[in-house]
This record gives sequence, structure tokens and C-alpha cells, in this order.
Amino acid sequence: MAISNKPIVWGPFAAGGTLTAFVTPVLILLTLLAALGHAPDLLAYDRLHAFLGHWVVKVAVAGVVFLSLWSAAHRLRITCYDLGVRADVAVATVLYAVALAGTGAAVLYLTKF
Amino acid sequence: MAEEVNRKPYVRPITSEWIVRHPRYLRYMVREFSCLFIGGWTLLMVWGLKQLAEGPVAWAAFLECIKSPASVVFHLVALGFAAYHSYTWFNLAPKAMPLQIGDDFVPEAAIAGAHFAVWAVLTAAVLYLAGAF
Repeated sequence: MAISNKPIVWGPFAAGGTLTAFVTPVLILLTLLAALGHAPDLLAYDRLHAFLGHWVVKVAVAGVVFLSLWSAAHRLRITCYDLGVRADVAVATVLYAVALAGTGAAVLYLTKF
Repeated sequence: MAEEVNRKPYVRPITSEWIVRHPRYLRYMVREFSCLFIGGWTLLMVWGLKQLAEGPVAWAAFLECIKSPASVVFHLVALGFAAYHSYTWFNLAPKAMPLQIGDDFVPEAAIAGAHFAVWAVLTAAVLYLAGAF
């Protein structure tokens, strides 16, 4: 039987694609409001700090960061191939590494709240 | 004796010209490029987490930084790409997970429509809970 690692990289991609489809636009909208000078109440330092202090929120944020970065990395990998870049192993290694590093950094910062 | 080889193998040229050959291909690439903005915005938020962890002064600097014109433009473009990703993803949902009840398949429009409805409710709920209005 052929052994494939495709489900391992594809599973988080599908989960991340669904998650980002549901939540990313509204999250971008929140920071867009902040960028326009109408920051929502949640983005005030005290409130956001307290919000992220709860372990359920920490886990959720880490999960959102991981799935968002992983699905973006996977899609970018396929896009590189579509655009004629055939060094797939190198591209995949770099992109997945960036996704994991970003997740690792987010987890590190989350532990400080 | 080895045969004299004078082959001229066909090497398929790899180009990205195909993207503009048909509007459908262009829409596909626009969808795929959404990953740059979703990924880029997420990395921006990781930096925001770092600033928040450092304290109120660093967080205020972050909020000030995202008010720059370049950041506003990035947010607007990213919002457009993210929404397009949602639109394409929900329209694909009936193909990815067709739902059969009894002998009949649930109409594709019903499955996609349910996703859009949940999306709308979720978006309104997040905006309300975050105190955006």
C-alpha cells in the first residue's frame, strides 16, 4: 500500500480554509476599524489583555493562528507550482517552516499573558 | 556499437502566461492569491500579540502603526481577498461534502446558502461582542 503524507498537510489546509472563510473577514474588519481610528472596545489594552488571559481564548487564538498560517502556506505552495516554480520540496519546506515558526511565536507570546 | 543519438526531446516550456488566457483562470489565481493576504494579516496579528505582551506602551505603538495609510490600504485589500476566499469556499462546500437525505441529495444552493447564513450571523456576533457597534 502506498504511504502518503498528503492527508497530514491537506487536513489542516481544509480545516484552515473553512476557519478562515468564516472568521478572517470579520477579524480583518476589526483591525480595519482600529486602523481607521475607530478601534472596537475589545482592542483596548486592558480588555484585550484580560480576554487573552483566559486559557480557552489562548488555545483558540493559537489554533486560529496555526490553521490560518498553515492553509495560507499550503495554498501558496500550490500557487508557486502553478506559476512554474518546480522546486516543490524547497518551497514546501520554507513555507511550512514559516507557518510553524509563526505559530510557535504566537504560542510564546500567549504564555506571557 | 552504440547507436548515434541525435534526439531533440521536446521540453515543455513552463510559463505563467496561461493565467490571462481565460477569465476563469484569472479568477482562480485571484482566489489562490488570497492566501498572501490571509497569511500576511495573520503574521501582522502575531506581531500584535508580541506588542500586547510587552505592555500598554508597545500596544499603543502597534495601534498607532496600523493607522498608517499603507496599513489602511493593506487592510482594505486584505478584506476584499478574504471575503472572496469565503465566497469561493462556501460555493465549493456542496461539492466537497454533498449531503444525502433519503434518496435525494440536498440542493447545492441550500448547502452553500446555509454556509453564507452562518457566516453572516457569525460576523454580526463577533462585531457585536467586540463592541464595534
